[in-house]
Amino acid sequence: MLRVCWKGAHAAARQCVCGKVKAHPLQHCRKYSTAGDSGSSAGKIVAASLLSVGGGLGGAILYAKWDPKFRANVEKSVPYSDQLFEMALGPPPPPLVLLQKKPIEPLQIFSLSEASKESKQPKDKAKKSDPAPVEAPAAVEEAPAPTAQTLEEASVEAAHIISAIGEVPSVPAPGTSDESPPGHTAAGEECKDHHEPELKERPAEEVTARLAQQDKAEQDALALTLFPTLTAGLEESLGSTAKTTLQAIGAQEAALTAIAAHTNKLKEAMDSETPPDEKSSQWKALNEALSDRTRAMEEAEEALLKAKGELENLRGVINSAKQSKINTARPQILAAEENLHSMIVDLDKVVTKVQTAQTEAKIVSQYSELVNEAKAQFQQELANITPETQANWKGLSGKLSADDLTSLIAHAHRRIDQLNRELAEQRVREQIHIEVALEQQKLEDQKALERAVVSTLEHSREDMRLEQEKKAQEVREVMEAEMRTQLRRQAAAHTDHLRDVLKVQEQELREEAQEILNSKMMEQETHYRRLTQEQLDTFTLDMNAAYARLKGIEEAIDSHVIAEEEARKAHQLWLSVEALNYTLRSAGADFPTEPLEGAVGVIKENCAENEFAQALATAIPEESLSRGIYSEASLRARFYDIRRLARRVALIDETRNSLYQYFLSYLQSVLLFEREQVAPPAKLAPEDLDTFKLLAYANYSIERGDLELAAKFVNQLRGESQRVAQDWLKEARLTLETKQVISLLSAYANAVGLGTTQAP
Amino acid sequence: MSEKELGQKWDRCLADCAVKFGTGLGLGIVFSVVFFKRRTWPIVFGTGLGLGMAYSNCQNDLRSRYVLHSKYFSFEQKLEAFASS
Repeated sequence: MLRVCWKGAHAAARQCVCGKVKAHPLQHCRKYSTAGDSGSSAGKIVAASLLSVGGGLGGAILYAKWDPKFRANVEKSVPYSDQLFEMALGPPPPPLVLLQKKPIEPLQIFSLSEASKESKQPKDKAKKSDPAPVEAPAAVEEAPAPTAQTLEEASVEAAHIISAIGEVPSVPAPGTSDESPPGHTAAGEECKDHHEPELKERPAEEVTARLAQQDKAEQDALALTLFPTLTAGLEESLGSTAKTTLQAIGAQEAALTAIAAHTNKLKEAMDSETPPDEKSSQWKALNEALSDRTRAMEEAEEALLKAKGELENLRGVINSAKQSKINTARPQILAAEENLHSMIVDLDKVVTKVQTAQTEAKIVSQYSELVNEAKAQFQQELANITPETQANWKGLSGKLSADDLTSLIAHAHRRIDQLNRELAEQRVREQIHIEVALEQQKLEDQKALERAVVSTLEHSREDMRLEQEKKAQEVREVMEAEMRTQLRRQAAAHTDHLRDVLKVQEQELREEAQEILNSKMMEQETHYRRLTQEQLDTFTLDMNAAYARLKGIEEAIDSHVIAEEEARKAHQLWLSVEALNYTLRSAGADFPTEPLEGAVGVIKENCAENEFAQALATAIPEESLSRGIYSEASLRARFYDIRRLARRVALIDETRNSLYQYFLSYLQSVLLFEREQVAPPAKLAPEDLDTFKLLAYANYSIERGDLELAAKFVNQLRGESQRVAQDWLKEARLTLETKQVISLLSAYANAVGLGTTQAP
Repeated sequence: MSEKELGQKWDRCLADCAVKFGTGLGLGIVFSVVFFKRRTWPIVFGTGLGLGMAYSNCQNDLRSRYVLHSKYFSFEQKLEAFASS
């Protein structure tokens, strides 16, 4: 401030100096040329002033640089100093603000955005490389590794892995098929054990196997009908063959005996030691035996043939039985075969016996033939010798003469010699003959042996075959039994399985059926319910509608009654309000109205239940009730006095209230010229709060009949004017209040009346 | 009526002024005559005194509304007043 004054003083000095210079330019020139004292003194003054001003400015600037508060003060007080300071010192130092926290947050946000960006990139990558799900999570892992791992990325990863796994086609689990029967392999194995073609026909599946077995069983059943016939046939043929075989054997044995007998007889006959008379009987017997033998042989042959035929038959039957594929006939067949075999064996044995006997007999017969030949020869010789003797020399015993006898003896001797020679020869050749005979015998024996061997071989083969068959049969039976048990087991398992499956299926079906049933039932029920509900609803609706209408009618009637009541009340209220209004008119020029107590009391009585009216009636101020109110006209008239008075004491307030002030105020009111009525503005500014203006506005308002606005303006007076206008204001307020309430009441009464009037 | 009040005050004031003026004058005359050998100055003095008193009275009367009335209370009195209320 000192500097300012100093500056001001210097400025004044300068001005005065300048004024001097301006006033006397010629003088100045002259003075400059002629005398320098005044110039020098002026110059001195100028210099001194400039110096002081400059010094002051410089000092101020320096101090401002050091102390910013001083700078701010100077800038505030001296108008263009801020520009000067800015030019000299630069912009003012800015206020201190904390900025340290800002840079940290953007970095974090940036990192997150980076992370999200980067995670988006591997996401795209991963979407392309879906078939390689292993790579995708690796890629996702790699990319966001440098940036901070956030929950976002982890969730993205997880989602990726899950999606990738889901997209890889999962290998379907091997279906548990319990279709493969456990007995299937067993059946297969069993199939291997069986040689019969029937079992190979069995199919792989259990059920069809069972069916096949069932078929076979049927077949068996069918065959069982054939079976007895077959067995019967077998037995029949067996019986007949046995019979014939026995017959054959018997015949053969008979033949054997016959042969033996014959041979014996022949031997006996050959011995020829018996007396001659018995010889003929012998020869007869021999012949008989021979014939017997032949007969027996023939019979034997026949029987043998028949037996063989029967055996063949039997064999054929057995074969056919075999081929008829009946298992149950097997033992019978086997037995039949055994029987056949034994029969054949026996037959063969007997035949061999017969054959040996025959060979023997042949030998013997050969011998006998030889003997007979010799005899014949002898006889021939004898006959030659003794031609007269008869051929049959057996009966010659009595008829022979001595010549004959000697010739015979000579022949006999010659014969004996011959025979001796032959015997010797024979003895010589005996060995050879024996050898030959042995050879022959050997051959014969060999043949016989071969035959026997062959036959025994055949027999043994047959035996073995039969045994094998028997064993096979047994094994078959055993296997059959086992297979049956296994099959039974399998069947049992199958039945169990079927049972379970059926049970499950049954359960499922039952449930399904139950479900369907339930759903259907529910449907039906819901349908039924819906229908009933609909019916109920419609009925309820109708009932409600009817009831509502009834209610409406009742309400209408009630409301009519109420409305009429209301109308009556409204009418009463209106009348009472009219009465009140009439009382208002009773105000005179300078005296107030009658006390409004009576009218208001009437209102209160009439509208005891009308709260609004009651409230309004109570809202009427006490003064108006007891004393009455002034009319507007009287208030207007009074206002002019107030105005005059207020103007006169406009200057008087708490601070200025001496008598001198009163005089001044009066003088002011007299000397101040203004319009009496000024239209009040829409908004009051503080300069409008001047007493005179306010009074002018109030005057204007009251001239236009707006007492309220005038009262508002008068309320703004202050000081003595206010005090002067106090009473008037009070009265005005009272009047306004009462009028407002009454207008409200009348409006209300009118409204109620309007509301309750019914159109004709 | 508040507006009448001022007028009443002025009336009183004037009346008082007149009375005091007259009284002063009279007293002045009396004193001048009696004590001060018919000089003018006691009359003037008395008149002035009277006018002055009237002025003062008038002023006080007009000012009476704005005068602040104070009262000195001791602490004990205040407490008593507070306790009793």
